[in-house]
Amino acid sequence: MTDSTQHPWSRRLFIRQGMALASLATTTPLFIQQTAEGVMIPIGSALSSIPGMPQDRILVIVQMSGGNDGLNTVVPYGLDDYYRLRPTIGLKKPGSGADAALQLNQAQGIGLNPAFSGLQELMDSGVASIVQGVGYPNPNRSHFSSMDIWHTGNPDGRRGNGWLGRYFDNACGGTPNPEIGISLGSDSPLAMQGDQVMPVNFESADLYRWMGEDLDKGLNRPYGNVGDQNSLNESSDQLAFLKRTSMDAQLSSQKVRKAVAQQPLSTYPGGTLSNQLRMIAAMIRSEMPTRVYYASMGGFDTHANQAGQHGRLLRQAGDSLKSFYEDIKAQGNQKRVLTMVFSEFGRRVPQNASNGTDHGTAAPMYFIGDMVEPGVHGTHPSLSNLDNGDLRFTTDFRSCYAEVLDNWMGADSKDVLGRKWKPTKIIKTT
Amino acid sequence: MPTGLSRISTKDFDYWAALHLLQRAGFGGTPSQVFELKKKGPEDAVDHLLEFEQVEDGGVNAKVEGRFDNDIMRSLTADERRQRNQARKNGNEAVLERFRNERQKRQRADRRQLAELQSWWMARMIETRRPFQEKMTLFLHGHFATGYRAVEDSYHMFKQNELFRSNVTGNFRDDLVRNIIRDPAMIKYLNNNQNSRRAPNENLARELMELFTLGEGRGYTEQDIKQGARALTGYTYRDDEFQFNAGNHDDEMKVIFGKRDKWDGDDFVDLIFARSSASEFICEKLYRFYVNDSSSTLEGPARSVVRQMAKTFKADNFELKPVLRKLFLSRHFYDESNRSAIIKSPVQLVVQAIRSLGAPVRDVPRIVQSCSLMGQDLFKPPSVKGWDGGRKWINTSTLFTRQNTLIYLLTGRMPGSKPWDNNSSEFDARHLLEHLRELTDRDREHDAVVYLSRFVIGTVPEEKRLVEWVDYVRERGGIDDNPTIINLLALMTAAPEYQLC
Repeated sequence: MTDSTQHPWSRRLFIRQGMALASLATTTPLFIQQTAEGVMIPIGSALSSIPGMPQDRILVIVQMSGGNDGLNTVVPYGLDDYYRLRPTIGLKKPGSGADAALQLNQAQGIGLNPAFSGLQELMDSGVASIVQGVGYPNPNRSHFSSMDIWHTGNPDGRRGNGWLGRYFDNACGGTPNPEIGISLGSDSPLAMQGDQVMPVNFESADLYRWMGEDLDKGLNRPYGNVGDQNSLNESSDQLAFLKRTSMDAQLSSQKVRKAVAQQPLSTYPGGTLSNQLRMIAAMIRSEMPTRVYYASMGGFDTHANQAGQHGRLLRQAGDSLKSFYEDIKAQGNQKRVLTMVFSEFGRRVPQNASNGTDHGTAAPMYFIGDMVEPGVHGTHPSLSNLDNGDLRFTTDFRSCYAEVLDNWMGADSKDVLGRKWKPTKIIKTT
Repeated sequence: MPTGLSRISTKDFDYWAALHLLQRAGFGGTPSQVFELKKKGPEDAVDHLLEFEQVEDGGVNAKVEGRFDNDIMRSLTADERRQRNQARKNGNEAVLERFRNERQKRQRADRRQLAELQSWWMARMIETRRPFQEKMTLFLHGHFATGYRAVEDSYHMFKQNELFRSNVTGNFRDDLVRNIIRDPAMIKYLNNNQNSRRAPNENLARELMELFTLGEGRGYTEQDIKQGARALTGYTYRDDEFQFNAGNHDDEMKVIFGKRDKWDGDDFVDLIFARSSASEFICEKLYRFYVNDSSSTLEGPARSVVRQMAKTFKADNFELKPVLRKLFLSRHFYDESNRSAIIKSPVQLVVQAIRSLGAPVRDVPRIVQSCSLMGQDLFKPPSVKGWDGGRKWINTSTLFTRQNTLIYLLTGRMPGSKPWDNNSSEFDARHLLEHLRELTDRDREHDAVVYLSRFVIGTVPEEKRLVEWVDYVRERGGIDDNPTIINLLALMTAAPEYQLC
């Protein structure tokens, strides 16, 4: 059907296509040359082979910005304290009407927000998991600081680079492939910033191009010619470097726009996150050499009258994640794509005076993909033993990062996180 | 290549040399401004930039007073603190929530003021008649990098910016470093408000040597950091001012660089500047910022020039003006190998574009945002190391953002906006060719493209590309049509060469 299903996990196809394009030009783009020379270490090379698990794996990060209310997403309906502290916004027990929580785990007394039905379907299909009570010591309740902590993987928040950026730096010695990390959205996430790598970032594929062609089509030809630089020595010559990057950008733009122009293999609900995930699925299908994609969705800062608003957000998030999974599955890529969903913090346990919730601490994380160990993991934080009205975290987020780095990306998490964390069980081992 | 700081002759200080000086010591200028500067000759041209106090500022400074509110992030009054502590003790959630909400409201207001501050500085760089002052302020912001996210007080960021601005040609040790250890934003950023004799915090002491003066591992030990941190204990701030908290200061004996005394923060600074690595490290950073940032290690002539700069710097007791004057007057500075040898920072890219092309300023907050997309968010450097600069500015997506931001400046066209109208630009670019008329009209299209190319991208591309550009102009029917000039400028500003200055 498509190239990607005929060559499920081969980067060779892309390299061939890239070479064909490049041979038309006077210069070989940097990343193609390096891939061809084998400078890039294949991802997963440090990992012993697990039967049925592909080696060239992809990580997709989905960020819920604003602080998603974990307690009204994964609902501890079995705890009386939940209803005592959230008298008007608490979600009803499963089976008690249309707007009641969906059943997730009866034994643990845990349900899902009814609007998050997309995730429930994935859970029912055994391709999703929830890690409960994820946080870190001395929680910071500022959106910006807490987001920085998640992005850097460091609660001191002083490091200038991100955990994925450090992974790129480690995994790709020297100058890496410019497309190893792609983020969608208006801001380039700190998480992807490395010492050597700055992620490719664009809001839409149509902006990932030179807009001069809109002024006059006649400009395209002279624009495309960046000149000969074979005589220049790149390591000492800024211009040679810039010419190569210009070439890379032109090729990359063609590739991305061609990929995104494909019809998706599933139906998406629409909305920001949905569009981002649709583009990511298309790029995965086109065998881009990208190993980490980053998507995000805002609006989770629900201080007042949160019920309707929070439901709409979770509906969009859940339905988008489900469509994305279906798209990936139709491509035959469901075993090589892991999606990780997080927010910078959860919200306080007691509701506030405006039927909303204020900035809190620990919250669940969500993982999706065929290689995920399905179900609900970890311990739900106590609602009676609170820290000044806030949940005490039960899993450090760096344990989840460690699992993803060690057991999915095939990296050494110690190099990235500065120390060894006991990995949280997320990925299947058999 | 000239290896020392020997002077450029008046004869060699031609139009292109003047353009180079104006781009490096400032943000470039229009062809007419470059001609003016060239006519002054090298000495007066450099003085015009460095002795900027002589240039009337157009009332910019008068407008600064009271421009920013210092009260937004004020600390709680004693009374408020009492109320809050009481509420904590009694578990009075309603009161605590009110305090939290109030704080969040103030943080939101402060972030709005930070955005205003960003636009204010950007506009100032675009409009100033004293370009060296703003360019050097930008250098110092990157050198003494302090990030708003940790400081959380826009007024303190503003105050620090003014500290830099008023000392750009001052004494590096006495005016800059001695004041930076007293600067509220820096004290907060590097936690020196938590540095007390009972619980020393080494952050400021470490960065002071590693990043601000000596360079990593160049002439100090971990022991010097520990002892230096003790010298800095009690250096804190209250509201908007430095405060020396004697109760937290450690006034016992310390051994720094092998010298033993009851050193305080100022002594520590003096001891640092007595090390030979101080002048060399700072001059190296100046060299990379103003002369050439293309190689990671400075060798040969570059190294020898830095050594001579360091000698001058030290001999002049760390005064900035004499060393910069020598540098900007040196043949080395104007050497062919140092032209187009720096990758423009995002701020340099946009400010130089507006100032040299005479393009409309358009929407300043949008320009600030573009710079952030290109990796340079003013007042929010990625870490205390500042911006790495050089090739780190460039990848495939920032390159498109750079090119498209230029299209926005030239045409007003924003990403995604339609339909496109060639005449809507409100930018008359024909003034750029004013001086061309005097030059030639043998082959007007060819000469115009060569002239514009040299002015805009600092060089002329390979013959094959040049021909394509000239052909484009001919196909459009000549160089006198404004939309054609603008399209040609869009092409030139998208060229790899344009990223250099």
